[in-house]
Amino acid sequence: MKHLTLALCLLAANTLAQAQVTIQEAWVRGTVPSQKASGAFMQLSSTKNLRLVAASSPVAGVVEIHEMVMAQDVMKMRQIPGLDLVPGQVLALKPGGYHVMLMDLKTQLKGGDTVPLTLTFEDPQTQTRFTQQVTAPVTALGAGNGPQAGGGMKHAQ
Amino acid sequence: MAFFHKTNALVRWLLTFSVLTGLLGGCGRTDDSTAAAFKGMDITGVNYGNDFRLTDFDGRERTLADFRGQAVLLYFGFVQCPDVCPTALARAVEVKHLLGAQGDRLQVIFVTVDPERDNSAVLKEYMAAFDPTFLALSGDAQRTRETADHFKVYYKKIPTGSSYTMDHSAMSYVFDPLGHLRLVMRHEQTAQDYAHDIAQLLKTP
Repeated sequence: MKHLTLALCLLAANTLAQAQVTIQEAWVRGTVPSQKASGAFMQLSSTKNLRLVAASSPVAGVVEIHEMVMAQDVMKMRQIPGLDLVPGQVLALKPGGYHVMLMDLKTQLKGGDTVPLTLTFEDPQTQTRFTQQVTAPVTALGAGNGPQAGGGMKHAQ
Repeated sequence: MAFFHKTNALVRWLLTFSVLTGLLGGCGRTDDSTAAAFKGMDITGVNYGNDFRLTDFDGRERTLADFRGQAVLLYFGFVQCPDVCPTALARAVEVKHLLGAQGDRLQVIFVTVDPERDNSAVLKEYMAAFDPTFLALSGDAQRTRETADHFKVYYKKIPTGSSYTMDHSAMSYVFDPLGHLRLVMRHEQTAQDYAHDIAQLLKTP
């Protein structure tokens, strides 16, 4: 019984830790063989104030958080230090706005592949950091500008 | 650069103005074929962007004259671009589809502003991912700069991480089947807007 209680407590704690950020509609834009860069997109939400401060992936040598802005019809893309999550609001990383920039790709990203991503969040109150994983399906290059219909994971821990 | 921004400010103002006059002109008038004829900015008669001389991904030299009889949608971008370029090319696929049988009379041309990385092999692969009829053109550093200047296109290499990205103009130019530069379309405009305008230009022989 004691063991069961402990197990349940651990499970509950684990579930709480996992549920800090809800990651939905994650997808990565596919590439052609010689292409070395692409972007990952997703929707993030949280019940507390958090900040997305970093990301990494085994498929890319360098991963950065980027903002795309259009200024007088000129597209500019810049690395940004982080993105704030506000409770009750969905932070959308989507074409035309923010993305997780994948550079120095080690392999071609084909439609139907999945890309593991590790996101690092910071709690501004405690200054502590934690990571969360998401597996983002690849939308083949040219096959659309969003998660492929039916292929998207709705939620990932 | 300064000129470019001034031109853009002017373009924006003209766009706003034309939308407003289009709206006002619509009041009480039912038969005005000239009002709001195009969704894009009509730049017919401008003294820039009248030709290019670049190499396609099969090594052939191309000029605008090669595409007589077709409307040409011209876009400047780069392959290692996660957002705006594939969005523009995905839209071009949709535009061609929306044009139906007339879609074959649209030639989509992608000019790389990153010839250092975008070699002919990657350009060919990249276009084929969207539509094998889409053409990508490139030049050496000097020819690329000259071409962009001639089209009032801005681009600049920006270091990021151990690599670099490119800032670049994200509008598209549209030529009519006679090879005249007619329209500039903004990135924010929809495939429907593009198809509407290109369909009109294709009515000319």
